[in-house]
Amino acid sequence: MTNSVNPDEMHALVDKLQPEAQNLALETLAVQDPQAAETLASWLQQRAALRELHRDVLAEPIPAPLLQAAGRFSEMQHHLNASWRQAGIAASFVLAFGVGWIANGQFVGNQAPSAVLAKGMAQHEFVRQASFAHAVYLPEKRHPVEVTAAEQDHLVQWLSKRLGKPLKVPKLSALGYELVGGRLLPGDIGARAQFMFQDAQGQRITLYLGAVDQKSEKMDPGETKFRYEADGQVPSFYWFDQGFGYALAGQISREKLIALATLVYQQL
Amino acid sequence: MIRQPIVAHIPDLRRYARALTGDVWAADDLVQDTLERACSRWRLWLAGTDLRKWLFTLMHNLFINQVRQGLTRAKLVPTIDLEDVAAELRAPDTSLSFAIDLQRCLLRLPDEQRAVLLLVTMEEMSYQEVAKITGVAVGTVMSRLSRARGRMRELLDEPKERPAATKLGSNTQMAAPVLRRMK
Repeated sequence: MTNSVNPDEMHALVDKLQPEAQNLALETLAVQDPQAAETLASWLQQRAALRELHRDVLAEPIPAPLLQAAGRFSEMQHHLNASWRQAGIAASFVLAFGVGWIANGQFVGNQAPSAVLAKGMAQHEFVRQASFAHAVYLPEKRHPVEVTAAEQDHLVQWLSKRLGKPLKVPKLSALGYELVGGRLLPGDIGARAQFMFQDAQGQRITLYLGAVDQKSEKMDPGETKFRYEADGQVPSFYWFDQGFGYALAGQISREKLIALATLVYQQL
Repeated sequence: MIRQPIVAHIPDLRRYARALTGDVWAADDLVQDTLERACSRWRLWLAGTDLRKWLFTLMHNLFINQVRQGLTRAKLVPTIDLEDVAAELRAPDTSLSFAIDLQRCLLRLPDEQRAVLLLVTMEEMSYQEVAKITGVAVGTVMSRLSRARGRMRELLDEPKERPAATKLGSNTQMAAPVLRRMK
């Protein structure tokens, strides 16, 4: 082609310009370079035709098997499962995780209250107890915790023994929160633990954890679901993993809570 | 951020697959495979990034794999019958036959060229997006686009020697000398 316009410019004329500008380009080229004008006209025609090709497919009902596959994908998006932790690609993990949580919070928020309840009374009860414990001990000035951070080793040993599972206190200092201490609390089917953290401004958050009654749960015990709960008095993130529930609560922004919950999840 | 559910992308995927494969069933199989792969690899998709682009990337890779394994041609050629395609298209006669011609010419393009041309025109993607989806440099996208457009022009301008019930099998035979001419 002996065009006055190089091929890249020609493509840009076809793919990026508004119709009026294209007409102008056509007219101009027709004078300067008739051959190029012909090419342009032909490419424009092609593009217009291809944009119409199989347009009827867009209006067709989607075949059921495709809908089902799409449904499975959406389900997975909402259910982070524990094997992810093993796959663990740290960078993508943190990002996808946080956003997944947000999506999940919105998802749950859109459901009717009865649907949420139907997810499992035990979980519902767990979250209620977590926010209750949070509300009770958070404002406590003199005895916010039973065992303080100074005795962290003892605290971990003690609570691990009482909960029947080796526990770890997550380090949240990267986000400015230090351990205040922990306490033992009663739960449905055994003991629960509450860890309290505090930042330099005295803002407190709590991590509540313990076994959840599996019998009344509908979900696979190995499955982890992340939810954001903002309806109650205290915003919290909670999830369940292998029969154990976790709830991180605090009067802080959702984004901050996500970041903290991500840190917790990575360390537990 | 607008979050479109995956279902919202299915019509576009089906249409693109239809043009890519030229076959109703092969197209939906390709879409199905794409969705299945999305399910098995969803962890690799960063939530919040462009789901549409990711799905088209998965589909492109699946399609190219099929082509490399010789599956597409072998599977497609005996199953495509232009009369079947005609039944699929609801349009007045002239645009119907034009659509058939267009599809027939598309199928005579090399697969990579056809993919690029369709992503740019039918799917209205930018050259950069197409480069990412097809895993090549923008320059390669541009040269494929040039070849595809030039070739389509030749093919569409060819005198129509198309009896009503031509099978694509015979088209492939016709395509062979043309492909040689390109070298």
